[in-house]
Amino acid sequence: MSASIEFNQLHKRYGAHPVLRDFDLKVQAGETVTLIGPSGSGKSTVLRILMTLEPFQEGCLTLDGISYHQPHGKPPFFASDVHLHKVRAKVGMVFQSFNLFPHMTVLRNLVEAPTAVLGLSRDEAEGRAVELLHMVGLSDKAKAYPGQLSGGQQQRVAIARALAMRPQVLLFDEPTSALDPELVGEVLSVIRSLAHEHDLTMLMVTHEMRFAREISDRVCFFEGGRIVEQGKPDQIFNAPEQERTKRFLSSVLNG
Amino acid sequence: MILGHELVMSSSAAFAWSILPILLIGLRTTLLAMFAGFVIAVVVGMVFALMRRSQWKIVTWPVGFVVEFLRNTPLLMQLFFLYFVLPEFGVTLPAFWTGTTVLGLQYAAYMSEVYRAGLDALPKGQWEAATALNLSKTRTYRTVVLPQMIPRVLPALGNYLISMMKDTPVLSTITVVEMLNLANRIGDRTFEYLVPLSLVGAIFFVLTCVCSALLRGLERFVPQKGIALR
Ligand SMILES: Nc1ncnc2c1ncn2[C@@H]1O[C@H](COP(=O)(O)OP(=O)(O)O)[C@@H](O)[C@H]1O
Ligand SMILES: [Mg+2]
Repeated sequence: MSASIEFNQLHKRYGAHPVLRDFDLKVQAGETVTLIGPSGSGKSTVLRILMTLEPFQEGCLTLDGISYHQPHGKPPFFASDVHLHKVRAKVGMVFQSFNLFPHMTVLRNLVEAPTAVLGLSRDEAEGRAVELLHMVGLSDKAKAYPGQLSGGQQQRVAIARALAMRPQVLLFDEPTSALDPELVGEVLSVIRSLAHEHDLTMLMVTHEMRFAREISDRVCFFEGGRIVEQGKPDQIFNAPEQERTKRFLSSVLNG
Repeated sequence: MILGHELVMSSSAAFAWSILPILLIGLRTTLLAMFAGFVIAVVVGMVFALMRRSQWKIVTWPVGFVVEFLRNTPLLMQLFFLYFVLPEFGVTLPAFWTGTTVLGLQYAAYMSEVYRAGLDALPKGQWEAATALNLSKTRTYRTVVLPQMIPRVLPALGNYLISMMKDTPVLSTITVVEMLNLANRIGDRTFEYLVPLSLVGAIFFVLTCVCSALLRGLERFVPQKGIALR
């Protein structure tokens, strides 16, 4: 089960400062799309709007057939709670800074939302949590607190926690940027296994170019709140058409 | 005779001993005002803090005004206000409950600021993670926000409890018979103020020490695993 996403002529401003203008993006169900581009180009904003963490001002966003509009020229529109909960039920997010609940054990982190929101019994939820911890290679950490884990381990728990809600769309906002270099690999390998094994729509912001190239069905290059160029990873990395894409790639690949 | 107890004036020690039971009757009132006031302050303070975070200005504005009013006007004035003005509107509360409510409300205003700071101190990422997991607002507060906030605000709340206890003597101004009120009456009757007032001071001092110790125990008891307390 996965869901498609469509941004249609979306506008997003912070105050008077426009971040996304006439933004269009279509993601097929089950697709893995990577967003790359310079910092400040609006990549996180796209994910945050999808996760309902940010409102937008104009345009339309459709997720798995549910769409919401922002009437033209009107002030920020807050969707109804019912609508927001429907969207959140389909979308999960993994943050750069993990955002685990520090006062809960790893197991409680994974059990909290499934029992509260999906209505699973405690036993069911714990059973699934144990499976997920096994999948991310942290079976022995169920009773630990997040503060006792390395960054890489915390991020793997955060991925398991997002998966425990059975999302159809999973968003990753620079999931390895806060990690020491030697811990990046373990997190990427968990994400890689998801791209392969799970029937999930994935949208990822990353600076790990080699990884993006390896797992993406499509790569979108962002600049100044627009997608300047998109295509299959081989095309974007081997034969970028836009001058700006070339410049960005040569700066990150040689930097 | 005060409250059925004979006053013995043969020596200072005997005098002190004879008035102790009278002051202890006042102590009961003091303690009751302090605890009832504290419960009001803790609960209403939380309500104030949560209401001030509402997304509707029609809620935040009046609550903000009430909180600022309570914090920035003298306790004694608020006390007289309720005690003398409410009856004009046909509301008559016993003096004790008028006093305790006023005490509780003023401290509720102080505590709402403590809660507010505690809520603001929670990293934004915690709220965002709760949203991403589709937790309801209520659930987010109950299992994510408050359990992280409470251990952090507990020391400040404890200090307010003690400070509130030291404010209880203002209730004597509206005829509540607490410790200081009784000490004054004893003084008026015997022209001997030193002993009763010293005794009241000593009792307050012991009370403060006991409360501090209890609070330190409580701080250790409240679950705070995994929370950096700074
Ligand atoms: N909460 C905010 N308030 C104001 N401006 C913001 C906020 N968040 C992001 N921005 C601005 O929006 C632009 C895009 O930010 P972002 O989506 O985080 O970029 P990226 O993830 O590509 O680095 C930046 O110019 C940033 O300064
Ligand atoms: Mg970003």
